[in-house]
Amino acid sequence: MHAKSLKSRLLGFAGGAALAVAALTGAHTSADAKSSLSLGMALEPPHLDATAGAAAAIDGVVYQNIFQGLTRIGPDGSVLPSLAKSWDVSDDGLTYRFHLQNGVVFHDGTPFSADDVKFSLDRARADDSVNAQKPLFDGISEVVVVDPQTVDIKLTSPSGNLAYNLAWGDAVIVSPKTAETNKTKPVGTGPFKFDRWMKGQEIRISRFDGYWGEQPQLDTASFRFISDPNAAFAAMISGDLDAFPVYSAPETIVQFEADPRFEVAIGTTEGETILAMNNTRGPLKNKLVRQAISHAINKQALIDGAMFGLGTPIGTHFAPHHPAYNDLTGLYPYDPAKAKELLAQAGYAEGFSATLKLPPPTYARRGGELIASDLKKVGIDLKIVPVEWAQWLSEVFKETNYDFTIVSHVEPMDIGIYARDKYYFNYSSDQFKTLIDELNVTVDEDKRTELLKQAQQSISEDAVNVYLFQLAKTGVWNANVKGLWHNAPTPANDLSQVYWTDN
Amino acid sequence: MLWFAFLRLIGLLTTLLAASLVIFVVLEVLPGDPAEVMLGLNAQPDTLAALRAELGLNAPVTTRYVSWILGMFQGDFGISYTYSVPVSELISERIQVSLPLAAGSLILSTLIAIPVGVYSARHHGKIIDTGIMSVAQIGIAVPNFWIAILLVYVFAIVLRILPSGGFPGWDVSVLGSLQALLLPVVALALPQASILARVMRSALLDVLHEDYIRTARAKGLSNKATLWRHGVRNALIPVLTILGLQFSFLIAGTVIIENLFYLPGLGRLIFQGITQRDLIVVRSSVMLLVALTIFVTFLVDIAYAAIDPRLRRRA
Repeated sequence: MHAKSLKSRLLGFAGGAALAVAALTGAHTSADAKSSLSLGMALEPPHLDATAGAAAAIDGVVYQNIFQGLTRIGPDGSVLPSLAKSWDVSDDGLTYRFHLQNGVVFHDGTPFSADDVKFSLDRARADDSVNAQKPLFDGISEVVVVDPQTVDIKLTSPSGNLAYNLAWGDAVIVSPKTAETNKTKPVGTGPFKFDRWMKGQEIRISRFDGYWGEQPQLDTASFRFISDPNAAFAAMISGDLDAFPVYSAPETIVQFEADPRFEVAIGTTEGETILAMNNTRGPLKNKLVRQAISHAINKQALIDGAMFGLGTPIGTHFAPHHPAYNDLTGLYPYDPAKAKELLAQAGYAEGFSATLKLPPPTYARRGGELIASDLKKVGIDLKIVPVEWAQWLSEVFKETNYDFTIVSHVEPMDIGIYARDKYYFNYSSDQFKTLIDELNVTVDEDKRTELLKQAQQSISEDAVNVYLFQLAKTGVWNANVKGLWHNAPTPANDLSQVYWTDN
Repeated sequence: MLWFAFLRLIGLLTTLLAASLVIFVVLEVLPGDPAEVMLGLNAQPDTLAALRAELGLNAPVTTRYVSWILGMFQGDFGISYTYSVPVSELISERIQVSLPLAAGSLILSTLIAIPVGVYSARHHGKIIDTGIMSVAQIGIAVPNFWIAILLVYVFAIVLRILPSGGFPGWDVSVLGSLQALLLPVVALALPQASILARVMRSALLDVLHEDYIRTARAKGLSNKATLWRHGVRNALIPVLTILGLQFSFLIAGTVIIENLFYLPGLGRLIFQGITQRDLIVVRSSVMLLVALTIFVTFLVDIAYAAIDPRLRRRA
């Protein structure tokens, strides 16, 4: 008897549970009226003030959506007018005059004027500035308000980079009224205004009716933060998300390529991925050893094995899609025999052992294993030490306490880092420094290209680091979504041109 | 009795203080500087110094420890380095996900485990018992994230009746929030239920062999009444112990499940805080968890007494 009653009790429970599940599942529909977009990002920004942090995720949300600079970087990497409709350069190259757009207002209703430009640039250059890219403003001696629509930027020496530097997310224009609260409530001049941030979950933005330029087609957009690759896959394939512009699970790309509901876009980034070497440590002091290591690594196998074939081989610290790129991939072809020979010549015929510190990204963790096995073949024993970002920044980057590490340098046009003293790979070359000094004061485009090519040649010949590959940008989105960037000339998800097509 | 309560309170406070010291010291010696993490590769030394000053990282260690402890006594958990909002605000947002998640899976696992465990014990040695216990064994062996992936595949990708993850927020949509929690609750509950069912079964089997069960039957009490009044009740003590442990685990140890369903829970907040060296967030959240765990242990002690009158008298 009681067995039966227990059974009926269990059945009752099961029935109740089934009812509850039915009630919960019934109402689930994907809620897009084709004027909103939900977009996935692997990392959540720590805050939303683009002028006070290095995290790419900040620009991923705010750049050109909420905040704008005097100039902007277009989808192809070119420098375009933004809050400045045009600019002229004085004959001596020391004064840039920017003519500002009319009728611009911040999202809080405050009108925008040349005073805001002066405020923003002076704030970024100030002694107590917390701007992560402060060197961008190094050459500026003074910012002068000519009239509300005109501003002069005076330089200490001519610079070919100013318009480009001002297009960075770190150089966006903010209002003095809201500068202090932009971290949590960003107020800019862009086509979208900030709505809500549910921390750990999503950020919502919506169209700003008072926008000075062409109105965007989207009414609202939400950025959702999904770090787990499995979850990213599930969210995309189930249709919960409309787009994942920097998709984090390359191993599942094939499934999206085969599915007509999705568009897959493989584009370029500014991320030169390198095996960095500490140029002042032990055997790595010797150029022959560094050249041997460059020969010992099979870069194509690395791209195929660690990145599922997504990535472009590079021979130097420069983005291949840039017009000034110097193709040096032939300088150190994969040749273990040659590597052994060079090692013997340097006095390391027996090889040596060293450590390889790997930060968390997949390219480093996966690539590290392959590199260790390549180097083992020529007698170099690598001990792999996985580290967290924070640890990497202090141990490798600041204290330069490492032999080898793998990292992607995502800042655009950053070959100048090889001229810095005490930069983490400890390279020091007077010849290279002279080249960069000359480049910084050269305005003529052809001459600049020539100098940039020489600079690339110089670091490659010295085999400062092993140049592995240019990181690819793998985007996946609903096939009906148009207008997202295919390449990543700067970290951004510019939604101003995004729209839905009818099925 | 009062003396006992007083000693107990002193013990609780000492535990909390010791925990706070351990948490603080461990996070202090951890390599990495929040300012470096925030400003990245191109940061200049003067910029880093400016940010450190802004965050109050330049004060001596002892000053920072004391001001943290004093702040917590006044309900001030500090301001997050990275998010720039009060830590208490961050924690209370996350609790709105973590607490229902933990409570939901605990309730679900209890609802499954107790009837199943009792049923299995009642049919001890029969095929049905072996069958149930084999399933429970699999439930223990299979990690909850694997169950989660499977659930997402079936309900979100194939059937498309539930979201694959995310959390809309209680104020936006109660139904949507419940939907969002359904799969994670099930994924967390199944392995817990398997453990609990096995504990329930073996505890009940132990009890059923006791003399007082025979006595109860001998005095004419029905099988069913004996089972529920004397059997299950006495077997609940080990079950409660496990439940207490499971709750502490569920409130913060669910970071993998939170990642898989991209839920903004407490586990992910702490995990993110560690990677970004947002030490003030980590410190205060871990402290809160320690306090919560101590509190739950205390509640379990009380529950023992409610179940077992002998414990009440001893106290």
